[in-house]
Amino acid sequence: MYSSKQLKKISTKMKILALQGVYEAQSGHLGGSFSASDLVAALFFNHLRIDAKDTHAPDRDRFVLSKGHAAPIYYAALALKGFFDEAEMKNLRKIDSFLQGHPSMNKTPGVDISSGSLGQGLSTANGMALAAGLDNKSYKVYCICGDGEIQEGQIWEAAMTAAHYKLSNVILFVDCNKLQIDGQVEDVMNSYPVADKFRAFGWNVSEIDGHDFDQINAAVELAKKATNKPNAIICSTVKGKGVSFMENQASWHGVAPNKEQYEIALKELESELG
Amino acid sequence: MENYLSTRVAYGEALATLGDQYDFVVLDADLSKATQTCLFAKKFPGRFFNIGISEGDMMSTAAGLASCGKMVFASTFAMFAAGRAYEQIRNSIAYNGLNVKICATHAGVLIGEDGASHQCIEDISLMRTIPGMTVIVPCDQYSAYRAVEAAIHFHGPVYLRFGRMSSRPVYQENPDFQIGKGIVLREGNDVTIVAIGDLVKESMKAAEILAAKGVSAAVIDMHTVKPIDRDLIIKYASVSKKVITAEDHSIIGGLGSAVAEVLAEGNLAQLRRVGIMDCFGRSGTRDALMEKYELNAEKIVKTYDSFQD
Repeated sequence: MYSSKQLKKISTKMKILALQGVYEAQSGHLGGSFSASDLVAALFFNHLRIDAKDTHAPDRDRFVLSKGHAAPIYYAALALKGFFDEAEMKNLRKIDSFLQGHPSMNKTPGVDISSGSLGQGLSTANGMALAAGLDNKSYKVYCICGDGEIQEGQIWEAAMTAAHYKLSNVILFVDCNKLQIDGQVEDVMNSYPVADKFRAFGWNVSEIDGHDFDQINAAVELAKKATNKPNAIICSTVKGKGVSFMENQASWHGVAPNKEQYEIALKELESELG
Repeated sequence: MENYLSTRVAYGEALATLGDQYDFVVLDADLSKATQTCLFAKKFPGRFFNIGISEGDMMSTAAGLASCGKMVFASTFAMFAAGRAYEQIRNSIAYNGLNVKICATHAGVLIGEDGASHQCIEDISLMRTIPGMTVIVPCDQYSAYRAVEAAIHFHGPVYLRFGRMSSRPVYQENPDFQIGKGIVLREGNDVTIVAIGDLVKESMKAAEILAAKGVSAAVIDMHTVKPIDRDLIIKYASVSKKVITAEDHSIIGGLGSAVAEVLAEGNLAQLRRVGIMDCFGRSGTRDALMEKYELNAEKIVKTYDSFQD
């Protein structure tokens, strides 16, 4: 297990790779990548039982990035875990690259299922969890969706399905960065209170600071022990976390930095590495 | 009247029978009695999941199961599969090339009294346009059984379209069913009738009527609309120079369009399309609907008369 300090460093490295990729592509989603970065780092380095040398191992844990636009941070985690060379990050979104704008399972090593069209990931996670039950396997299925994404009705269809079939091997993170493309979630279409909704749907629910590794690890360990209900970990996060001018700015949902912005962002992130 | 099976009942029976031999999972969206997946559910309760009235969730759940190596049959009405869950089929299933068989029953206007809201006349068009999707429309109970068997042996997404009503079968027994290979039911040189589903039998009737008038019509059961059997169409169209398509589906985007694409690229023959003429269906008995929407042998015969020499 990595310490919180080590995980923070890993998360920062992931952000630097994501930043470089999006800068080179001059397109991509950094705001939602950075809000989820600490969650992804904790999952990939402390919890997911996966092996870069055996990417299709039947017993491996599954990961579904339902908010697929956060692909840059997902790819950065896969690169640091050894699924591919981190130099490939500079080809993000470019023609002939295996790093698509949104995750693509048949192109990128380590991606369990394609995503990007919002609202579908929790359902696919449920399917994987049902397969585990049919095959008597003990793997867990981790899924990350956004607080804007849960405006999609299919999320709640899937929330019913997971509870109905007692899919305790499903561990869902809701990355609550409170922003979506058109502005504040509560102004565009209020999806709050999130925790109450999942409780009402029959889930185990915990609420944490999505940038506090001790809280993330504790919540995941608790969820791993669940027996009868699916698990929702509602994470309070900051969109654009780690780069001063991107934090809490809806405008940084899906634009690439220019050269000057890139250099400032890189400097800020590198200073965190110490 | 003998007790014939509808293609949906044949589908349900095929699942229940083939479930002994093959390890697949079946999902339904609260229509298991109508789609007949209830037969499988009763026999293999551990491999059946009712997802409730949430077709989008069902399709993505099927994708998740398939991503873990399961073959999945996902069933609901054509309207709610190809229509409501189009995007989940496209992005969760087909984009990933996953081994999910989307089995849509109650397709076309000939489902009867439920009316336009349930009469899906666009599904072939919608499914045909998805890259990598195979589209199959069996014409009777025997063909339906063999289609399910063929889909099991085919790795990848398949859309199977079944009807609601039972009628006298086209085949005497299980036909030689190969995905992508149309079946020539009748030879003829003057016109080629290419049909699917309920319209195959009507096409055979039309060929009889035409024969009495001295016109020799070939009839092809084009059970696989995608990939369409180009070679067979070209072979017959090159001889007859006149082609009629017949389907219980909009003439836009379905079998008629698929055949038109083949013919136009080769500038091979005159084409007439029999089907739903760009309008919604309505309530009525099957027979009344066949007459109202001219999905019958008489219309096919009349259509032949419209060709110019």
